[in-house]
Amino acid sequence: MKADVSGKTSLGLGEIIMLPVRFAMGLIDTPLRWLQRMTGIGGMATFFLLPNMLIFGIFVLLPFFINFAYSMTGGTALFLPDRNFVGMGQYSRLFDCSNYLDPNSCAEDTFWTAVGNTGWFVVLQVTLMIGFSLVTALILNRDLTARSFWRAMFFFPVLLSPVVVGLIWKWILQRQGLLNFGLYGFGFEPYAWLNDRNWSFAATVGVSIWAHMGFYTLILLAGLQAIPKDLYEAAEMDGTRPTRAFLRITLPLLAPNLLVVIVLVLIRAVQIFDEVYVLTGGGPGTSTLYLTQYIYETGFAAQLRNPGLAAAASILMGVVLVVLTLLQLGLSRSSEKNGGRK
Amino acid sequence: MSRVAQFLFRRKGGKGWHWTDIVTWVWLVGGLFIMFGPAVWLVGSSFKSPAALAEFPPTILPYVTQKVTVEGFDKPLDLYEVTLPDGSKGKLAEVRRIGVVGQMINPSNPGKVIKVNISQRTPVRAMSFASGNYTEPFTHFDFVRYLWNSVFVTVVATLITLVVNSMAAFALSKYEFRGRTIAMLLILATLMVPLSVIMVPLYSIVSALGLFNNLWGVILPTVATPTGVFILRQYMLTIPDELVDAARMDKASEWQIYWRIILPLTAPALAVLAIFSVVWRWNDFLWPLIVLSRKELYTLQVGLSIYSGELNVQWHFILAMTVVTMIPVVLVFIFLQRFITTGIAGTGLK
Repeated sequence: MKADVSGKTSLGLGEIIMLPVRFAMGLIDTPLRWLQRMTGIGGMATFFLLPNMLIFGIFVLLPFFINFAYSMTGGTALFLPDRNFVGMGQYSRLFDCSNYLDPNSCAEDTFWTAVGNTGWFVVLQVTLMIGFSLVTALILNRDLTARSFWRAMFFFPVLLSPVVVGLIWKWILQRQGLLNFGLYGFGFEPYAWLNDRNWSFAATVGVSIWAHMGFYTLILLAGLQAIPKDLYEAAEMDGTRPTRAFLRITLPLLAPNLLVVIVLVLIRAVQIFDEVYVLTGGGPGTSTLYLTQYIYETGFAAQLRNPGLAAAASILMGVVLVVLTLLQLGLSRSSEKNGGRK
Repeated sequence: MSRVAQFLFRRKGGKGWHWTDIVTWVWLVGGLFIMFGPAVWLVGSSFKSPAALAEFPPTILPYVTQKVTVEGFDKPLDLYEVTLPDGSKGKLAEVRRIGVVGQMINPSNPGKVIKVNISQRTPVRAMSFASGNYTEPFTHFDFVRYLWNSVFVTVVATLITLVVNSMAAFALSKYEFRGRTIAMLLILATLMVPLSVIMVPLYSIVSALGLFNNLWGVILPTVATPTGVFILRQYMLTIPDELVDAARMDKASEWQIYWRIILPLTAPALAVLAIFSVVWRWNDFLWPLIVLSRKELYTLQVGLSIYSGELNVQWHFILAMTVVTMIPVVLVFIFLQRFITTGIAGTGLK
């Protein structure tokens, strides 16, 4: 009996750490009770919501709206009141091209180079990313020994910081790097991959796939595991060929997850920045200059920074992202409808 | 062993090799090299001396040419294994090299210079971990400052995120009030407004608040995460409202209900958000890069990228610092791997 009592009165380490927190929370309680008496329970809801909405309003909503104002002003001044109104001037500067297929014919040639690069990047990266993560998910969905190990293996780069990812690969692709070492074994001469326009572009695609593939693989794997096994058993009994089973069972039932993944990959690919900035810095030349980096450099890093132009470019990018998101919503609605009809 | 063999040669249905078995095997073994190879290579390289890093072909493990100090020479000399013209072998130190001929001396008898063709000598090498790569950045690069800045940003931002998001989630899940749906929609809509779209005006707002070149300027814009509010609200919706009503009967204040009842019950969801938040804030790059321009304020990520972009990259330091930067995230991953992977599969969040 005595032991029990002493056990109850002694404090664990966690409780000791929590003591000052408890004390503080008790202190706050008194003025808050007073507040509650003034405003009623409904007022307390506002109180709880307020800090989050305040931060939200100041750092997300407000910038979102004044971004439009920024895009219609010119000059190098930072604060909106000091800037002069130019109307659609920044947009017409961005779109001032004699031939839209040739960036060099544009007033803002780097913008169109960035748009072109981002376009190619998105097409290539999204296709390959979906392909690789689908194959990986299908393989991980098989009856494997140590599946959680393999899953973790493909997933771990997702948590690495983009800077670390960029540096790891910069170190591998440089002249004395691992890749050249491997190829040297086959008799190739060392090559500075990141100094080559095409190879550095390929490297940004490959590295971003390496870094994020595991995340999409997980979503697809979850979708695959939700498909009832008896469907396959029934198909096997009917003598269905595996390829047909894949096309008729796996793909249709995986479609919702696949759609989510495609749109997520698309949205992230359009905004690609961090890894690429560290890996190639947009170079050599402008061969891996993508949209976010263009906005960053125009708005912040350039000698003559032009916040208005950067804002206009960022709004154009925002429009693309909104269209992609709405596309996803529309597609997932229609696929739900189709599912309902069955 | 038999388990390994059984695994290696497992086939579909046990009826001989199906092509999918081969693809699986190739994919997983290839994945092993492609996924882990770069990280292993990074860690191996981070222990190499600058001279070893400049070598080609490189070695996986850090090897260093042995050096000896010989009387009469100021600098330590490289030690070589030499085959002498008479066929005998010995360890000699090289004084200088002229063309294809090295002038070597015997360290124990430095008086006599022996001329050796360089094809007849191989450097004596031994494994050596250049731990200086890890210790010197602390004095060279203000590395401690960057580490501290990163830790500060991560911890403070995560704590504020937990408090602010859980309060909002509490209001959105346990109260009926006008504008609740609008508030929720507003929060979710901001998922569509990524940093890259609003960075110009956000920068001006942060500057106007005097938070440019201030770690709080990095922290504050990130704390009101829509995903956090969403996760916590979904979780709080599963807590029965009767608990809240019963507490009100017992004259508990609304703050007490939040603090004493709802928060402890939301602990699992709070833990998930805390883990995500730590990883997000630790890895943040673009926003700190914009807000922080003074060296002593850099976070690890910004410091690393700036130093790796310099003209003369001191790779031996950069690699070691990269490894240190990886450590917290790798630890989180090792301990919570199963938890994270199943959690992401369930919610689709990153």
